[in-house]
Amino acid sequence: MKTDSNVYTITYATVLVVIVAVLLAVVSQVLKPRQEANQRLDVQKQILTALNVDYSSADPAALYEQIVEEQTFGELPLYVAHIDGATKYVLRLKGQGLWGGIWGYVALDEDKNTIYGINFGHESETPGLGAEITTENFRSRFFGKHINDAEGHLRSVAVLKAGKKADDGQEQVDAWAGATITSTGVNDMLLNSLTEYAEFLNQKPACPATPETPEVEEMEVENAE
Amino acid sequence: MLSKQTKEAFLGPLNANNPVLVQILGICSALAVTVQLKPALVMGISVTIIVALANVVIALIRKSIPMRIRIIVQLVVVAALVTIVSEILKAFAYDVAMQLSVYIGLIITNCILMGRLEAFAMTNNVKDSLMDGLGNGFGYAMILVIVAFLRELLGSGKLLGFQVIPQWCYDHGYTNCGMMLMPAMALILVGCVIWAHRSLNDKEGK
Repeated sequence: MKTDSNVYTITYATVLVVIVAVLLAVVSQVLKPRQEANQRLDVQKQILTALNVDYSSADPAALYEQIVEEQTFGELPLYVAHIDGATKYVLRLKGQGLWGGIWGYVALDEDKNTIYGINFGHESETPGLGAEITTENFRSRFFGKHINDAEGHLRSVAVLKAGKKADDGQEQVDAWAGATITSTGVNDMLLNSLTEYAEFLNQKPACPATPETPEVEEMEVENAE
Repeated sequence: MLSKQTKEAFLGPLNANNPVLVQILGICSALAVTVQLKPALVMGISVTIIVALANVVIALIRKSIPMRIRIIVQLVVVAALVTIVSEILKAFAYDVAMQLSVYIGLIITNCILMGRLEAFAMTNNVKDSLMDGLGNGFGYAMILVIVAFLRELLGSGKLLGFQVIPQWCYDHGYTNCGMMLMPAMALILVGCVIWAHRSLNDKEGK
């Protein structure tokens, strides 16, 4: 067989590519339901972790169905959980770390101010440094912190190097030593994502009306359109 | 049972012709995934499977491949296999797939693969190519595991995620070596392994 003619080369390349394309399409289609189920389960586990629910001895999917109700607020996902008679709101966080994306879920108490629990995930932060944001040690630093200042303005929680002080009124936690950029990423992610939810966080039937920050007004205008 | 040539195809890359130590191939991924033992193991196994399968496929069709586009054909075969392995991991070992994230995709660019396809599978039969692929995969995995073992142990005091250095040591002034978590230390460790390997092999030669 003459394998170096142009016709043979082009035909060969075409046939090969078509075979590979069909093969990949089939594999992708066959595995898709399983992959989507995995992704869903992964998100459910993250939300349960943010709610400080131990799912190691139970079926996480069933547990999730039982306590979490999925809602949306505008474009944003919102998870309402009922734990021991109390309502918790879980908000999604999204941001940038050092090497790639970071994300998380923060669970707030009914006052939409106190952090009940939080969970972080990352694409590819440095193991032992930035990747440690997923550990209990780091997560627990946020528990009980308030995202509003005393006047009720949304301020988020600052993630700062040990020894540094946040602006007045803002609560803070220690950054992970050695992971400066990832910690700054967590700081920015909290501020940005919570600001996205500002309108939701301001709907406070239980709390006295609070003067709104300019940021919040801006968000409302955007959403109204 | 196995001919001498087949045996050599398998055993050579494990020691005398190790892809990482002697040919200095696949260094980039050896640096990236060796902070912890678990991803290093999965990476080693994935590369072994892919290089063995790619060798078999290329050896099967080696006589029909047009010489002018042979590199592209090899690349297509490797890329297809890597994508399939990545999809399978996402479906059946989601945690591991998330941990390895981009590195699975980067197997495509692992020089060992193209090196073996071009240097071995293009000119050898299917059985020898399979053994060559397995040998090179294991040879690569071996180095990854050695480096990852040292880095995880000294860098975070753990192995496979379990604490192995007791709290007692930390209480008495022992600290983890943060340098071990940096990619640069992987390169230095690989250098040390190469050094040890060379000096041992030289002795045998004399």
